Amino acid sequence: MAQVDVPLVRSRFGETSRADHWWVQPVAVFLGLSAFIVYSTWAALQGQHYRFGAYLSPMYSPELFGDPLHAWFGAKASWMPAWVTGAMLILWAPGGFRVTCYYYRGAYYKAFWADPPSCTVGEPRKTYLGERSFPLIIQNIHRYFMYLALAILVILARDAWDALWFDGHFGIGVGTLVLVTNVVLLSCYTFGCHSLRHLVGGIRDRISGAPVRKQAYDCVSCLNRRHMLFAWCSLFWVAFSDLYVRMCSMGVWSDWRIF
Amino acid sequence: MATATFRIWRGEKGGGEFRDYSTEITDGMVVLDAVHQIQAEQTGDLSVRWNCKAGKCGSCSAEINGMPKLMCMTRLNSLPLQQPVTIEPMKTFPHIRDLVTDVSWNFRVKERIAKFKPRRPDAPDGTWRTAQVDADRVQEFRKCIECFLCQDVCHVLRDHHMHEEFIGPRFLVYTAALEMQPLDEGDRLQDLKSQFGIGLCNITKCCTKVCPENITITDNAIIPLKERVVDRYYDPLGKLFRMFSPRGT
Ligand code: SF4
Ligand code: SF4
Ligand code: FES
Ligand code: FES
Repeated sequence: MAQVDVPLVRSRFGETSRADHWWVQPVAVFLGLSAFIVYSTWAALQGQHYRFGAYLSPMYSPELFGDPLHAWFGAKASWMPAWVTGAMLILWAPGGFRVTCYYYRGAYYKAFWADPPSCTVGEPRKTYLGERSFPLIIQNIHRYFMYLALAILVILARDAWDALWFDGHFGIGVGTLVLVTNVVLLSCYTFGCHSLRHLVGGIRDRISGAPVRKQAYDCVSCLNRRHMLFAWCSLFWVAFSDLYVRMCSMGVWSDWRIF
Repeated sequence: MATATFRIWRGEKGGGEFRDYSTEITDGMVVLDAVHQIQAEQTGDLSVRWNCKAGKCGSCSAEINGMPKLMCMTRLNSLPLQQPVTIEPMKTFPHIRDLVTDVSWNFRVKERIAKFKPRRPDAPDGTWRTAQVDADRVQEFRKCIECFLCQDVCHVLRDHHMHEEFIGPRFLVYTAALEMQPLDEGDRLQDLKSQFGIGLCNITKCCTKVCPENITITDNAIIPLKERVVDRYYDPLGKLFRMFSPRGT
């Protein structure tokens, strides 16, 4: 590869000529993601109060084992350790999807690893591997998580549908709106995925002559332009949906039936 | 008349210091105007590279208040003038003098990228046909003015000095323009993965942020290329699927 002839000057950690508040964004990302990790870990450890009537918390959906009436595979098997909750069995999939998401990667490399702390701000470490070698080369698995995320989206849509039926009667409660909003935001996030964009159109140099492909590519590209926005909105809303169901189930909040 | 202070890097070959110059400013002035005024009135030996003063030649790249910018496109009213405005040469390239750096490394990198290789002509008269929608996708990349601000801000080059292993965002854009060009039959994926170092980009988007042509470098050029590299090297299931699907890519 072409060389540079004169040695360049290396910046010290945090060194920059920037006069603006460059640290605000990485700190906000750090706090936002940390808050979510703390809450979701706590919620995943609870193993109860994840269902309230027709509502199921998205952090516990699909319910593989648990309530024999609703769970896919009936009651929890006796060989499973007591501390294993329904959330633990499934959260790795949406978790992996977000951890390997191109947007989040860029964001947490900055906020959690200071690589770089912000644009033109000096870094703490001299060595750098990037995503070229182990461990970060694993990020290339993202598209597989995307396939799982699409499947989970169908399941959550089904949950939102179920949230429209109260003892067999159609109705809408605040919880219904919360769960429907959750599916809408998660869809906007998932359908704006870079890997999906590649799959539906980016993979080819020519998309003319394939109108459906072109339409799909345009739709995904449109959502992709707001991927960061939907990443945050959907992240917040998933946590809030869990909180809503949890609070209703614990009797702290009461669900208001709209009709 | 209002005055403002400009803290300009003076020196040669990496050495030097900041020196403050106060000068009168008027409505509509850009940083390059102020630099020229200082050069004309106070220090005739100040070196600065420029050409078009219209944001189109890409010569006047520098770091203004720590951010890579074109001096001719940075209006003074967009800067806080209560404090001195710092103007430095780009950090990622060898320093020559004052605000001028040696960007020739970029031209050497460009030579290593496989050139446009068109498919056989579509028509007997030796011409091709391209649908507008297919041309649209690569059009954005052709706006590049080679100011190298994105190269300057990219931490892989700027902080880690991996000039030998990484071609930088500008040339990932250039490669994307060729790879996604519907007439092109060249294949640069192996190069992208190995000697161009696409895996070194950690998609932190600083390049996109500073591009004066607003090219969506990371989202529209780098990530799509990363995905194509994944197709070939890191997606065994996808590969299997494509082997049995009726049409290849
Ligand atoms: S997104 Fe990649 S190429 Fe652009 S500045 Fe960041 S590391 Fe460099
Ligand atoms: S991609 Fe943008 S920032 Fe980079 S060299 Fe081209 S115009 Fe300049
Ligand atoms: S890139 Fe963000 S979800 Fe795939
Ligand atoms: S002088 Fe040409 S881009 Fe600034």
